Amino acid sequence: MEYKAHIRVRNLSVSYGTEQALKDVTVDLPEKKITAIIGPSGCGKTTLLKSFNRLIDAVDGIKVQGEVYLNGDNIYGPGIDVTHLRQKMGLLSQRPYPLPMSIYDNVAYGPRIHGIRKRRRLKEIVEHYLRESSLWDEVKDRLHTPASSLSVGQQQRLCLARGLAVEPEIILGDEPTSALDPTASQRIEEKFLQLKAKYTIVVVTHILRQAIRLADYVVFMYLGQLIEHGPARKVFENPQEELTRGYIKGVIV
Amino acid sequence: MHLIRGLQDKLARISMLALALFAGLLVFLMAFGLFLRSRPILDSIPLMELLLSSSWHPLKGEFGLFPFLTGTVWVTGVSIVIAVPFSLLCAMYLAEYAPVSIREWVKPLVDLLAGIPSVVYGICGVLIIIPLIKDHLAPLFGSFSTGYSVLAGGVVLAVMVFPIIIHVCLEVFASVPYEVREASLALGATRWQTTKKVVLRKAMPGILAAFVLGLSRAFGETMAVLMVAGNVARVPRSLLDPAYPLPALIANNYGEMMSVPLYDSALLLASLLLLVVVLFFNVLSRLVLIRIERGIQ
Repeated sequence: MEYKAHIRVRNLSVSYGTEQALKDVTVDLPEKKITAIIGPSGCGKTTLLKSFNRLIDAVDGIKVQGEVYLNGDNIYGPGIDVTHLRQKMGLLSQRPYPLPMSIYDNVAYGPRIHGIRKRRRLKEIVEHYLRESSLWDEVKDRLHTPASSLSVGQQQRLCLARGLAVEPEIILGDEPTSALDPTASQRIEEKFLQLKAKYTIVVVTHILRQAIRLADYVVFMYLGQLIEHGPARKVFENPQEELTRGYIKGVIV
Repeated sequence: MHLIRGLQDKLARISMLALALFAGLLVFLMAFGLFLRSRPILDSIPLMELLLSSSWHPLKGEFGLFPFLTGTVWVTGVSIVIAVPFSLLCAMYLAEYAPVSIREWVKPLVDLLAGIPSVVYGICGVLIIIPLIKDHLAPLFGSFSTGYSVLAGGVVLAVMVFPIIIHVCLEVFASVPYEVREASLALGATRWQTTKKVVLRKAMPGILAAFVLGLSRAFGETMAVLMVAGNVARVPRSLLDPAYPLPALIANNYGEMMSVPLYDSALLLASLLLLVVVLFFNVLSRLVLIRIERGIQ
């Protein structure tokens, strides 16, 4: 099966001070598929993910070398508007962090900062994306209560709606179910499987079974290095590298 | 031998306990003492009249505290109006924008400001602010001022409360989880949008507490204000009028003319007022800050 690449990473190295988090990573991530980045903790999964929307920029003393191409443009090249880049990627973090405002304002936050002011339009957007993340029915009667009053699982779906509302091309998930109970996790996973028809999804996960359930494409990292990547089936059933085999069998944790 | 060691231990513990209790109770003792001593004036003149009358003529037995209360409110108000935007922006820069190297340099320097004796601030005010107002600012508005004014007091006080507000604001900003900022940035918000709409909102109770803490410091500050505010017992009508804040009244007059009946009692009532107001603000803001520290919001 051939994949069309959406994000192309070329010789990407990232270091924090003296510690090297990513070493010369080169990989293509397919469009409108779910890519799972797996590997033991501290292997650079999250760094790789956050290098896509340049959230790692904010870290003190960070150094980035290499290129990441999104639709052919190097996002680390000169003249790149970081806010515009980030708008193209919705982020789900390990724990849901709703913004300190109402449910409605959380979803409207993105569209508002990007200049949408008309109330009618905002209302449509909020409803549409709350439906898209299967939260609408649960919150439609209390849109103006603080987002912190929702359960953690609901908050994570709210964060998904918030991310989708800026109309990204890509959804980045940084272990997005690690704070959720099994039912809430399952709902997020189902959501991802539906959303991949429209979005490219990249998920960092330390749950191997989640990767097996979701992924079309797998990237295995170990100690900052890319060990193996390929179609999920191939990597899980017939890993080429010793390390990958070990990880999948549960030898390396 | 054994017995003596045990006894020593006991004695040490008891005496230290007594000292600690005494220190803890001191504030109540002071308030109680002040209350007792201000009883005579409270018995002879109604409190409302004391607070709202403008005539301060101790020799005639008139002790209207209104000019001093308004003087304090004016000077404190001006200082807060000046201090709030400056210190908030400063804290925002240090917490949200500055690289660690700059932050770690500037923070201790700002904290150092808090340790400078207030008389030094007063001197600087007299030497810099007063001439500036007298020679440049007042003529600009076509009015005359000696320079000793509400504005001078406010400016000096503002500089004195900067370090308090900045310090507390920095701690409050640091209590906002980084991931909330990340969530906003990831949506394509700029740093400014993130700071203004997310961090500031999340930090608001703590920031207000920081302001109130600064306010209570400004309210009770004596020496620096006394040196620059002019000390004329009249209700100030403009920024360039002199003012006579409450602490300055007490510091200037206590110990003199004590033969005048009720004079001593009036000044102690003023002290009591000051103590109560400052304590109230202090306790209020500390309660909010403790809650934030514990992560309850």
